[in-house]
Amino acid sequence: MNVRTFEAWRGKPLDEVLYECRELLEDMTFPTVRRWRESGGKVIGHFQVYFPEEIVHAAGILPFKVRGAQIEAVQADSRFGSYLCSIIKTSLELALSNRVQLEMFVTHPICDAARNLGAVWGRNFSYPCQILYLPQNANSPAAVTYLRNEYARLQRSVEAITGRPVEEDDLRRSLGVYNRNRALLRELYAIKRETPWLVSADEAYVLVAIGGLVPREEHNELLETALPLIAARPNKKQDKIRLVFEGGFCEQPPLDLIRAIARSCYVVDDDLLIGLRWILEDVPLDGDPLFNLASAYLEKSSYSPVQHDLRKPKEKMLIDRIRNSRAEAAILTAAKMCEPGLEDQVAYLHALDKEGIPYFVSEFEEKMTTFEHMEIQLETFVENILFS
Amino acid sequence: MSDRLPEEGFVGRGNREGADLFRQWFSELNRTAEQGGPSAYVFVMGSMCEILRTFNLPVVFPEINSLQTAVRRVAHEYLNQAEDYGYSPDICGYVKADVAVQLRGGEHPMGRIPKPSIAVLTNACNTYIKWAEIWERMYNIPVFTLDIPGTRAAGTQTWPGDPDFENDRRYVQAQITELIALCERVTGIQFDIDRLREVMGYANEMSRGWKQVLEFNKSRPSLFNALTDGTIYLGVANGFRGAPEGGRYFTNLVEEMAYKAAHGIGTLTEEKYRLTFIGVPCYPIFRRFNELFTEWGGTFVHSTYLWFASGGANLGFEYDQARPLESLAEGVLISVRNAMDSMFYQDRAIIEMVDSFHLDGVVYHPIKSCRTTSTGMADNRRSLMAARDIPSLFIESDMMDRRVVAEAQMKNRIDAFFEGLASRKQQQTAAG
Repeated sequence: MNVRTFEAWRGKPLDEVLYECRELLEDMTFPTVRRWRESGGKVIGHFQVYFPEEIVHAAGILPFKVRGAQIEAVQADSRFGSYLCSIIKTSLELALSNRVQLEMFVTHPICDAARNLGAVWGRNFSYPCQILYLPQNANSPAAVTYLRNEYARLQRSVEAITGRPVEEDDLRRSLGVYNRNRALLRELYAIKRETPWLVSADEAYVLVAIGGLVPREEHNELLETALPLIAARPNKKQDKIRLVFEGGFCEQPPLDLIRAIARSCYVVDDDLLIGLRWILEDVPLDGDPLFNLASAYLEKSSYSPVQHDLRKPKEKMLIDRIRNSRAEAAILTAAKMCEPGLEDQVAYLHALDKEGIPYFVSEFEEKMTTFEHMEIQLETFVENILFS
Repeated sequence: MSDRLPEEGFVGRGNREGADLFRQWFSELNRTAEQGGPSAYVFVMGSMCEILRTFNLPVVFPEINSLQTAVRRVAHEYLNQAEDYGYSPDICGYVKADVAVQLRGGEHPMGRIPKPSIAVLTNACNTYIKWAEIWERMYNIPVFTLDIPGTRAAGTQTWPGDPDFENDRRYVQAQITELIALCERVTGIQFDIDRLREVMGYANEMSRGWKQVLEFNKSRPSLFNALTDGTIYLGVANGFRGAPEGGRYFTNLVEEMAYKAAHGIGTLTEEKYRLTFIGVPCYPIFRRFNELFTEWGGTFVHSTYLWFASGGANLGFEYDQARPLESLAEGVLISVRNAMDSMFYQDRAIIEMVDSFHLDGVVYHPIKSCRTTSTGMADNRRSLMAARDIPSLFIESDMMDRRVVAEAQMKNRIDAFFEGLASRKQQQTAAG
């Protein structure tokens, strides 16, 4: 389907492009999804962190990244207990409040709450809801074949929605679109890393996050337009410290919180929406596309607290991220009630202590609205580094 | 069934033998810790004792160690220590109590816990994975994650012969083969498939017995309290899986239950209301928590705890010893999947057991510590209420942290629940 869902940014200067992106990201009526549906398109929602969107894209369906929202969980609250992260509740609220309509919902065994979400969603909606069992034993040689076949199972579920088979060439075309997208996101992160004064953390975040809301071809066009404009900005380097933000792999901090951080720091790398950047290299287009996609998930991928891989001890990966981006410090944060995030936070802080890397520990919630306290603490932390 | 034992020897034998086996198990662990021998850290949902016992590895269940600190009312000391180390008050209390046990060099109220030589876990609970990563960092030991794909959507379980099931089974079997190779490296012992067959035989005896014991509690009055007695049986089902004592224990327990059923011997509570319990018990006030129900004549005839915390052994899956590895993969996949189902999709099973277990009420106990069992509980309850006209109670507390257990508030809610049950019974009687 060739539908344009997000046109407001076209033909505008960079600041207005970023403004339009921000407006879209904060619009809790999800206009791009609505436009897609009004044109007769179907939508599959997938929960954080990583999802093989290519399979849905190849079927001509819009993959919608379900990542919570800054809304009140008015109806969803009664479906859950008290001690739970916000993203689980607000994600379901999006559907219960009819802000987003789906043909199918997919979650993953990333954490104990997310696995329950599939069953809860399924009891509340008549459309198919399922768990995609991404392998938790990434070190087994059998994992890649298992995952290839699990992707084939998912593909059959997707085909049942459209009523037509997805051909290998459809998949290859989608892999090509997503390879291009990943390359553009790598380019954006290279700008963040090498010339962070050209793009602030919140601007970069907005540009990435739009990818979860629009067809990936449109996201590519947006990035292809915005990146050269960013590179051409006349911004001067400021006296800010370079740091890595860790803890945004699932529930997302409010944009204003990222903006508050950007006021005093250059965020030169992060794990925000890491699922959109999970695969680090191009997925080969020759051979079996599902196998290639499965292999890339396991072998050419980033890290997060929700994937166990003996080859990727989290604290080593974080230290590599800090070293590779030449960061001087780290923000170690976690969403409230996020078990994997809070558990890894302990490993991170002990490892950074050992390495002598300064860090700032915090917790956040997607619904936070005041950041003054955190901002003052962060400024003090930064000053301690700058003047030590 | 035999009538040869006097009643006083027969009735309660399961509890006595269970307590003895527990003491025996912990003294062996203590001995291993003192002598510095190898041990395997495992979890209740998919312990893989079948493989580990083949290599004579003593098994340590950190979940059980942790809950013992709560039952013995010292959990707060352990939780505080782990929180001082950096762990959040909002994560699993079992994990934190275990971290403190490790930081104390294995010191535990029941003896000393040996250090791990290997950790084996499944994905039945995601926190298992994070927990094992802690040991990996502390001890630099091999950690093996046996990944067991669960049910993809309600009511879509696949079975042997189905291509999707076979994909899962092949994956599980390949991992079991990898686990065997790892155990050979850790212990220096060569894998003996006949020893595995023998261990599987004991596991079969246990699974067969466990299923029968649970079924026996359809009796009126109920033969055992699923919350208190059931937890003892569960301890043996985990700690002695694949051991001859474990198989024998459950054969004896079936005998005891058959005797009690034949003679109409129930629990000590005069049964007025038959309840089922959903979730993990409130260990910080374990005895009192149960009394809050039994004082009203409420007995727990069943509990989902006895399903998921036995790793799905309640299904009674029996291995085919003629094709051990294939059958082990099949059994582990089906059983652990069932354990997960009893947490995520338990509404379906509860709806069915309302009649077969003659239930008067359902008690949901979501806990702060455990998102695996608690996240979907409110929604499961909504589903039950939509399907069946049965009263239910929803009380939140914790299985470890007494700071989250408000006994007075809980009592008020429980009392109101029973008053409702009493009035409902009166109305039913009046209506004839």
